[in-house]
This record gives sequence, C-alpha cells and structure tokens, in this order.
Amino acid sequence: MNGQTEPLRMSVRNLWKVFGPAAGPDVAERLAGMSKTEVQEELKSVVALRDASFDVTSGETFVVMGLSGSGKSTLVRCLIQLIEPTMGQIFVDGEDVLGYTEEERIEFRRKKTGMVFQYFGLLPHRTVLDNAAWGLEVQGLPESERRARAMEVLEMVGLAGWENYRPSSLSGGMQQRVGLARALASDPEILLLDEPFSALDPLIRRDMQGELLQLQQQMKKTIVFITHDLAEAIRVGNRIAIMRDGAIVQIGTPEQIMSNPADDYVADFTRDVRRATVITVGYMMEHPTTRVREDDSPDAAVRAMEAAGADAVFVCTGEGRYVGEVTLEEAKQSLRRGDGAVRAPVDRRFAPIQRQQSIEEALANAWDQHGRLPVVDESGLLVGEVERDALIQAAFEAEATEAASV
Amino acid sequence: MAIAAPPKETGRPGAPPSAPPRKGLQLNRWQRAALTIGGFIVAMLAAAGIWGSQMEFPADVGPPIADWVNDTIRTITRNFSFIFDTIADVVLRFLLWLESIFLWIPWPVMVGGIGYVAWRMVSWRMALFSMLALAAVGFTGLWPSAMETTALIVVAVVISIAVAIPLGILAARSNTIDAILRPFLDGMQTMPSFVYLVPAIMLFGIGNVPAIFATVIYAVPPAIRLTSLGIRQVTPQVVEAAQSFGTTRRQLLLKVQLPMAIPSIMAGVNQTTMMALAMVVVGALVGAGGLGEDVLRALQRFQPGEALLGGLAIVVLAIIVDRVTQAWARERQEALRTDAH
Repeated sequence: MNGQTEPLRMSVRNLWKVFGPAAGPDVAERLAGMSKTEVQEELKSVVALRDASFDVTSGETFVVMGLSGSGKSTLVRCLIQLIEPTMGQIFVDGEDVLGYTEEERIEFRRKKTGMVFQYFGLLPHRTVLDNAAWGLEVQGLPESERRARAMEVLEMVGLAGWENYRPSSLSGGMQQRVGLARALASDPEILLLDEPFSALDPLIRRDMQGELLQLQQQMKKTIVFITHDLAEAIRVGNRIAIMRDGAIVQIGTPEQIMSNPADDYVADFTRDVRRATVITVGYMMEHPTTRVREDDSPDAAVRAMEAAGADAVFVCTGEGRYVGEVTLEEAKQSLRRGDGAVRAPVDRRFAPIQRQQSIEEALANAWDQHGRLPVVDESGLLVGEVERDALIQAAFEAEATEAASV
Repeated sequence: MAIAAPPKETGRPGAPPSAPPRKGLQLNRWQRAALTIGGFIVAMLAAAGIWGSQMEFPADVGPPIADWVNDTIRTITRNFSFIFDTIADVVLRFLLWLESIFLWIPWPVMVGGIGYVAWRMVSWRMALFSMLALAAVGFTGLWPSAMETTALIVVAVVISIAVAIPLGILAARSNTIDAILRPFLDGMQTMPSFVYLVPAIMLFGIGNVPAIFATVIYAVPPAIRLTSLGIRQVTPQVVEAAQSFGTTRRQLLLKVQLPMAIPSIMAGVNQTTMMALAMVVVGALVGAGGLGEDVLRALQRFQPGEALLGGLAIVVLAIIVDRVTQAWARERQEALRTDAH
C-alpha cells in the first residue's frame, strides 16, 4: 500500500492440509477438482487448507479472514507447525520451515515467532509475571533476567502492578494482555495472532485493536492476524486474505476488498461494514486539473484557469508540495498590481485532505468547503483533487448500498 | 447485491428428510421382545434335542495352566530369591524406621500435631474429632498397633505413588500403553486378594512385606488412572499455547502437564490410601502386624468386642486421612481455576 518495497518475510506456497484417509503427498492432484462435500462424502476426509499461497512482507499486518471452518486457524497453526501441513511450502526469511528438524523447529518457535490465542492459553498455576516470562523460561534464560524482561513487556501492555496475580483473578481483556506480553517477551520478528480479541466483549475489543495498532507503530513487527470480523480486519490490516472452505478467495487492501469483492461470498462480508469508514479519499480522487508553481507569474495562473475553465487553481512549490490556492479574481488583481509571482495572493484557506483518510474523516473536515479540494500524500505533495459534493455523494451512496442490501 | 429471495423460502428449516419406509411387518416393542424371547426358547429346545440336556464342557485346559503358573512361580522363587530378599529387606527397614519414629514421638505431641494439621487443612471441628478419636484409640490400648498400621499404610502408599506416577505419565502419552494397562488395572482391582497373597508369601515370606506387596497391588490402580486422567485433562489450548513458544516434551510434562494434573493425582492418592486401609485385615492374614493383627486375633478367639475396637480404630485413621487429603486436593484445585471471578 505504501509503495516502497519492504523485504519479504514469509512466503507460503500451495499449502494443503487434509484430515482423514485422503491425506497424502499428492493431494493437490487428487483433490484439485473436487468440492468440499465430494471429498467429505467420497473420501471421508476434510480439506482444511486448499492450495493456499500468499506472501507477507516485513512490517506488514496481514489479516486472514473467514468464517469458522474456513481453515484460517489451521493456516496459522501450520505456519509454526502446531499442525503439520499435508503438502506445500513455507519460507520464512528464505528458510524452508517445513524442512526443519525437531530442534530447529523448537528454536524457530522460541526466537522467530510469538503467538497469541483466542482462548488465551495461560498457565493457571503461574503468576502473570511467570506467564509473561514463559517463552524466555523455556529458552533457559536465568530467572532474574527473564523476570526483568517480562516486567518490561507487562508495562508495555499496561499490566504493571498485576505481575503477582494469577490469571484467574484478571478479566478477559487483561488475560489477553498477558497473552500479548508473553508473545512479545522474546522480541520475535513475527507475531501470529489467532482471533486474539474474539473472546472479548465489543468495547474491550475496540480498545485492544487500538492498542495493538499503537504498539505496532512502535514495534514494526510482521503480523499475521486471524479474525472472522471484517470490520476488525479492515481496522488492523494492511492487506486482507479472505478464506472460504480452506481456499484463499481474495487477497487485497481493505479498499480493494470493499470496492471490488471477488465474489458473492466476499461481498456478503462487506455488507456489514460501513464503506464510508473504509474507502479512502485516495481511492476516489482525480488528477488535479490545474496547478501552478508558486514562482509562476500571475499572468500564467490566469491563463491556466481560463484554459481549464476554472475559477481557482492549486499552487505548489517547485517540488510539488501543496501551498494553497488562488482564485481567478485574486490572480487578476495580482496581475494589475504587477506582482512578480503568483506566490503573493496565495490563500491557504484549507488544510488539504490526506490521501489515506477515509471518506468519513475527510468529510468531517471539508463539510463547510466548496468546489474542488486538494488531496496530498504523506509528504505533503499534491497528488489529486476531489469535489466536496463527490465526497458527500460517495458517503451517501455507501449508506444507500448498505441499506439496500440489509 | 440484495437478491430477492424466491417467495416460497420462508427462512424456516425444511422438514427433515423422511425416513425410508419400513418394509414388512410393523411391530411394537412388546411384540418384538416377545418374538425374540420365543425365538431363544425354540432354539434352546432344538439344541437340547440335538446334544441332550446337561451337556458338559470338555474341561481339560485348567490343570495345565495352573501347573504352568505353579512351576513358574516356584522357579522364580528358587532362582531369583536374592532379588526379592533385597526388596523385602529394603521395604522392611523403611517400615521399621518409620514405625520406630511414630512410636518414639510422645503420643500427646502426635495427637496434637494431627489435630493441628486437621485444623489448618479442614476445620476446627475436624481437628476436635481427630484429637478425641485418636485419644480414644490410645485409651483402648491400641496406640502401638495404630502406629504400626499407619507406618504400613505410609510405606504402601509411598511405593504406590512411586509406581503410579511414571505409569500414569506413560499411559497419558500413549494410547497403546493405556489400552494395554487398562485390563491389568481392572484385574488388580477386582481379583480377590487371596489369589495374590499366596505368591506374595512365596516370594517375600511371612510378615509385613507380603502384606505391603498385596496392598500395593490392590491400591495402586486408582493412582495410575487418575495420574493419567489428570494429564489428559489439561486443556489442549494450554498445551498448544505452551508448545507455540518452543517447549520440549520434557518441559511440557514438568512445567505444564504435571503441575496442572496435581489435583487429580491428589485424588488418586486419597483413593489409594483408603484402599490400603481396607487391606489392613487381609494383610494380617499373611503376618502383618498392627490393628489388622488385633482384629484377626479377636476373630480367631471369638471376641467381638476386641474386633469392634480394632475395627473402629481403623475407621478413625481412615476418616482423618480421607478428610485431610481431600481438603488438600481441593485447595490445589482452587489454585488452578482458569475462569475469572
């Protein structure tokens, strides 16, 4: 989404997992043409993963979304071989993970990954501190060292002061913070989050999503996040893979999923999400019709506007950074005064819209504006424009589509 | 995206697929039962007509099997006596040492100590009962016997736990071992104890040691079963989570499964102890001392009064041990609760 190419962290190729007598190294050939029910009835087997392939880049939050039984939990377990895939390949940092010996696998789980589980999976006979230190303990770190590090991560997740309690005296949300702290303690590059917030009530869930986003901004981990909730997927994910019956049916950014669902199955999910909160301005903006540089003459600005039939023009720096805008009237006055450059009358009357803002966010700022509004990217470069009325229309259309499909 | 549903779909689940129509006679269950019983009677009469009534089994397999078992045990006794002598020696030393300690402790200290434990673990009522009941045992002159019996029980239970925990772990880890072990455990619990008292005497001689041996055989199965059950009952979510951080099998066992199985193992120890107490009198048959011997002697001399006193003393020990170990197991269980308040 952000254009620059981050290094590839994880690469999954043609992953299959079949439970039952049909499992074997040649499932791809034998089961390729068969539906889920055919495999179930004729071969008494269950296809949990069907030819799943995807890449995860470093620092990305990759969400895997699907209903229960779609294979998403099997998929994340295959990544660290809590479940052994039937066939396929998994590469992490270029290494063939499935070829690991038992010792290498244990080492991989200890150092490279940290996992958070839907039902927490905390050890009830240990304190919060010793639960958070679990990963370090199995690595053989001395007690004082691992406890010091566990304290650090407990503070990070907001549990300072709770370290000597047992998990049973904590609420669900707090228990999952312990789960998160445990996963972060060994500072792994990859976090695997298996429906981490699904067992929590909705308000707590939103808080935790927000905190995860904040933590992620500081940590820049590579995250594989499993969920059955598209709103959650859109909130936390850079990219989303949607699974159905063990197969990945679509991979894309939240907006791609929302605006171009690959099939009816995906479209069904998108109905429950408010589009105006998901679709970004960048997705609906147009190229700027007219722009002038701040050191252009007022004469040039007037001519540009007349040529385009516009009554105002965006003004940028030489590098294309948005400075403000000038109306036809102002430019003509400037011309009469004999100003050398159009810089003088520039009016920065409006903070430009950020490309990655959602329609709803943009509208909140632009409600009392008129006409064409400038859109800038992360570094302030003018990248497009959007009509305020188009924003309003898009927001209403989104609402209308949702209303019609309920 | 909203596609109008066909009007006939009402959202209600359709009728279940109708069962295939039955063919032939329609009978209610009484008619079916009558028909089945009638069929049996006819078949029986027919068989009696062919082979004659009171047909005998060709019974010639029993004696050779019994002979083989007799020979085997004699051979073991003759050739490996040094092994069993050593075991007997070690067990006997442990027992005598324990007994001498119990008898060395002044009885008011012992009674007070047990009362204190019962107060801390159970309640002050239980403490009061324990002390009064133990004092009553002392006043009836059964104190030395009670201490000898306690020593016997402790030795039998310690040996049982030492056997049960490793076997329980193996049974929890492997379904094959579990399946092999299961009929043996059933057999040990249901086999009349007299059956293994004979080989016990042959291997260990007369006295306390064969009694302990027989007690362990009878009392160890619940400890094995409950150790295995406790490990298998550890929630798979916890095991999976622990494994995801790179635990070895050994770490998983020692740091996750065994600690979480402790309440179940404690319940096993409780049952083992109660069953060991039930073997006290049987043990006296092969020469064990203690309260069992007192009861047995009363039996032989037709003294129901003395038998009752000895029996009540055993009951006192059983109640105290049961309440205290149960309270301990419950306490451990509380500590392991996973749900939030």
